[in-house]
Parts: sequence; C-alpha cells; structure tokens
Amino acid sequence: MAQMTMVQAITDALHTELKNDENVLVFGEDVGHNGGVFRVTDGLQKEFGEDRVFDTPLAESAIGGLAIGLSIEGYRPVPEIQFFGFVFEVMDSVAGQLSRMRYRSGGTETAPVTIRSPFGGGVATPEMHADSLEGLMAQTPGLKVVIPSTPYDAKGLLIASIRDNDPVVFLEHMKLYRSFREEVPEEEYTIDLGKADVKREGSDVTIITYGAMVHTSLKAAEELAEEDVDVEVIDLRTVSPIDIETIVESVQKTNRAIVVQEAQRQAGVAANVVAEIQERAILHLEAPVMRVTAPDTVYPFAADEGIWLPDHKDVKEKVNEIMNF
Amino acid sequence: MKQVLDNIESQFETFQILNEKGEIVNKEAMPDLSDEELKELMRRMVFTRVLDQRSIALNRQGRLGFYAPTAGQEASQLGSQFALEKGDYILPGYRDVPQLIWHGLPLYQAFLFSRGHFHGNEMPEGVRALSPQIIIGAQYVQAAGVALGMKRSKKDNVAITYTGDGGTSQGDFYEGINVAGAFQAPAIFIIQNNYFAISVPVEQQTAAKTLAQKAVAAGIEGYVVDGMDVLAMYAVTKHARDKAIRGEGPTLIEALTYRYGPHTMAGDDPTRYRTEDLDTEWEKKDPIVRFRTFLEGKGLWTEEEENEVIEKAKEDIREAIKKADGYPKQKVTDFISHMFEELPVQLQEQYDEYKAKESK
Repeated sequence: MAQMTMVQAITDALHTELKNDENVLVFGEDVGHNGGVFRVTDGLQKEFGEDRVFDTPLAESAIGGLAIGLSIEGYRPVPEIQFFGFVFEVMDSVAGQLSRMRYRSGGTETAPVTIRSPFGGGVATPEMHADSLEGLMAQTPGLKVVIPSTPYDAKGLLIASIRDNDPVVFLEHMKLYRSFREEVPEEEYTIDLGKADVKREGSDVTIITYGAMVHTSLKAAEELAEEDVDVEVIDLRTVSPIDIETIVESVQKTNRAIVVQEAQRQAGVAANVVAEIQERAILHLEAPVMRVTAPDTVYPFAADEGIWLPDHKDVKEKVNEIMNF
Repeated sequence: MKQVLDNIESQFETFQILNEKGEIVNKEAMPDLSDEELKELMRRMVFTRVLDQRSIALNRQGRLGFYAPTAGQEASQLGSQFALEKGDYILPGYRDVPQLIWHGLPLYQAFLFSRGHFHGNEMPEGVRALSPQIIIGAQYVQAAGVALGMKRSKKDNVAITYTGDGGTSQGDFYEGINVAGAFQAPAIFIIQNNYFAISVPVEQQTAAKTLAQKAVAAGIEGYVVDGMDVLAMYAVTKHARDKAIRGEGPTLIEALTYRYGPHTMAGDDPTRYRTEDLDTEWEKKDPIVRFRTFLEGKGLWTEEEENEVIEKAKEDIREAIKKADGYPKQKVTDFISHMFEELPVQLQEQYDEYKAKESK
C-alpha cells in the first residue's frame, strides 16, 4: 500500500490500464509531453510511447470525434477534456453522438470511451473551469457519470470506467486532486459503477452527496455529532445511474434526508435524488427531503467563489432544519 | 494537387518593415505615422512591458488572480490595436488585456478582471469590447456576427478578434473566418502565433506550413506578419481595416510572435517544453528593443523619455491597484441580480435568502 493523492491514484489507474490493454489510448491537450496541466498523465507518454499517449491539436470537438472514431475501430480511448467547462465545445460529440452509439446502431456498435475531466470550485480558476456540469451529463441517456471523492475510489472507479463497454464521463474535482493522501493499493482493483458508498454511518439523518461536498458533509457530520445528531453520509460516487437501493435503505433507517451538491439548484442531480426518495420511501419520511446547493447563477468569477459555494455551515443548518421539522 | 499546395504555401511570405536590428527593410510599406504617433506606440509598448512585470510580481504576492503574461507580444497586440478607431469592436482572448486597456478599459478594472471581480468585465460607456474570452476560439464566430451587424447598420467600423496558434485548430476558428467571408463582413481576425499552445508546439497543431494560409479555403485575404515588428503589425491591420470599411471583406492576419513567460501564472512551467536556446533566439527579436533602436536613430527617443514612461507606468499601476483594493466586494445578491432582466420567483427567493444572510 502506498499513500497517494487523487492525482497519483488517477495516474496509477491510467498506468494500470495502459499496461493491461494495448487498445487503451490516452490523449488530449497537453497530456503527452507535458504530462497534463495537473500532471495527471505525467510520465505516461515516456513509458507507453507517443502512439498511445499523445497530444492532440487544441480542439475539444476533434478530441470527442477522435474518441468516437477510435472506439469504432476497436480502441478503448481515454480522452481528457482539459477543464470540464470546455465540454460545450464538444457537446455534440458527447451528448449527441457518443451517448447514442449503442442505441442507434441497435447494439452493433459500442463506444467504450472514458472522458476524463477536471472540474469543481474552490481553486480560483478563470471562468468556465470550475462549473459543476454533471447535471447536464446525468440528463443524457446513454452516459454513465462518475465523480470520485477519494484517491482510493478514484483508482477503482477509473479502472472500472475504462473497462466498461459503454461511455463514461469521469469527473475529477480539482480541489480534491492534492488536498489529502490516503492508502491506495498498488495492485489493480475495481469499484462497481452505479454503487454508492456509505462514508459515515449514522442513525438520525442521511446526507446524500458526491465530489468535494462529501468532505464538506463529513465535516458537518462531525460537528453535528457533538450536538448529538448522528449523521449518515452517502457518497453517490456515480451520479448517473444513482444507487437507489443504498439511498432508500438509509432513509428507511434515518427517516430524514438532505441532498448536498456543489452545483446550482435547478434541475440537476440533487433534484433527481429527492424525486427518487419521495417516489420510493415517502412513508418513511418524517420531514421533507431538502437540498443544499449553490444558487442558480452562473458560476462566479474566482475572487468570491467562497461566498457562493455551499459550506459545512449551510449543511449543518439544513440538517438542523429537518431535525426540528 | 501537391503543386497547388506548394504554390499556395510559397506565397505566404512573412511581411516585415522593421528588422531585428531596427532597420527599415520595406520602405514602400512604411505606414503614414507622425513622429508623435511613433513615440506613442513606443510609450504603449514600454508601459505594457512594465505592466506585465508588475502583474507577474503582484500575482506572486497573491494580489492578482488569473494572469496570462504578455511580454514578447507587445507589437502584435498594440500595433494592431493602434490601427483601430474608437468605434471598432474588440473581441479579445484571455492574453489580450493590453488591447482593452488602450481601447479604454481603465487599469483598475483590468486588475479586477484578473481578480475575478465582475466589475472588471463591465466595459465603460463607449468602450466597444467584450471582456477576454476564456473558451479558445469562441470569440472568432462572435466577431463575424459583430462585423455583420456593423455592415448591416452601415457603420464605418470593424470587429477585430484575437486568438493564438492553438485557437486555429478549433472549429470556431474555421466557422468564424468562413462565415465572415461568406457575408463579406468587416472583420479582422488576428492569430498571435507564439508557437506553443500551453505546451503543444504549433507543428503538432496542423500540417499547414502557415496558419495564414487557412484564409485561402475561406476565400479571404491572409497575411503572415513579423509579429515582433510593430510597424508591420500596424500597417497590415490598417490595410485590413481600410479594406473592410470599403466593403471588401475580412482578413486573417498571422502574427509570428513569442510569449517570454509561462502560459498563465497558474503553475505552467515552460522549461518542460521549451529550450533556453529558443527563448534566447526570440528575445533577440524583441519588439521594444528594435523599435527603440529605430526611434533613437531618428532622434525621437531617449533613455530619459523611456525612464519617464517606466516611472509613469509604475505610478499608474500603484494607483490602479489601490483603486481595485478599495472597490466594493461582490455579494451573492449581485450575482443573482445579473442573471435576468426580471428575476423568476425561484431566484427572487434565493435573492431574499442571501440578502438576509448578507445583512447579518
């Protein structure tokens, strides 16, 4: 076992799959020679050669099209979109083409593409770098959308994503890239897509969340424990499809739930979780399922993202609100 | 067809007026600029170099936010901007803050832009420009639209937009120059080819020998220009502007230039992808050094004058930073107010909620 940051765990997963499967190709802007703007692909081109780990022209749409075409030719592409805000430049490839490949070919073609991309707030990036756009992806039938919150999960989920025969959008929260290390096995392992993880057990209230907000929620849970509120924290890990079973089981136990997401409030993943809970477990609820989210504005320019992003105090406040409902 | 390609590529020679030694090598092309205008160009370049140095220092002290260094690109940025009129519209990329400043964006607002304060994006009345575009190439298609609007309303103005060598790989680039050509819109498309898109060298962007030749497929004029030569940049942009105003359509200009610094101040390390030899080679072509030699030769410039510009720049920067520091902080209610002309009910609720928190 080694202590790894999330960046290192992701590099390790890419390394594992490049080694395991010669059809795996890693490409994107600056990912080859430079090793990626976050050094996620550092050293991979040197080890696996320029024909398997390569720089593309600066063209997100071309990266998407290349990935689709290469997958048709039997490769297993792992393209990087340098920052997920740039996904709009490749939106047709992702939502209009890639996601439909299996369906429109009646299953005769598949697109085992894993699009990796950094996103997320709190690291003072320019516009269009930090936005949480997973809701747009989650609403696209045919895509799986994965968001790890720990180095351990990142490695297992990325390997599983690359091996999956359907397209996966794998979103890496920039704030978690180097914020902490944990034990990550050096050998390969996978974590099932679509399976949530109970990051903290509790009996009074369930927080369903993902990405960086897992840590925000855990912090809130620790402080709430001192106030004798026992919080369970579920990390979705895959935001589409969501793990309904784990959520419903937990809510049946705690009878109270909130959903925490960094993304804006309207539509989105949290709204979907709330809908699933009320359809499947409404008679177990003692309070409405509420949301903690960012407000419905454009992601603010970096200077003041802190006042916009949800924090652990917002989470505590919302938990207290439903505890006293 | 190989012959056709060779023929096309051989015709894209680099246009230059002032060589590296500060000598005029193309007298016929010398633009009609007064001595005072020539000096103004020099002042702007020196000012902007100081601004770049100070911005980098301020960024390192944590007093600025997002910053893309500009040193090396003064001639391509300021020579082209100098050919514009007040009513012309600039659609800049994220490295093109100097053009905005000389088009009328107050310096303290440029600093606020860097810090991610929305006031940095609020163009003062009469300053016709968008704030810097972050998405590579997106401004190119928009420039075609602004230009088409100008043509329709019969304005004697142009839209000018900037991207880098990497930007020419984007679909938006091709769509922008093509649609502007189709409508014969008065647009000027500038490519500042600094040879590296972050780390990726231009040879890996395209098989084309020049970027300007991409104009051929769009059916518009294209030029390769020495982007370290402020006179050439001015002259070719002036030509493009005059032509556009006459209704003769858009122009694509490839400026060969170099950014001395990193891509941005957010952790890019150019030593991973560029050699010191290459840096040195380009520093010898420096736009300010050669223009200084030229002006000194004409008796138009002294060390004393340059020092005055440097001191003035430092003072202006100090004052602008002070003003930026004192500018009111942003609030979430400000963000919400900027979303719609009239807030929908849900947003109004959110506004009230944040208003209550903010007034605590």
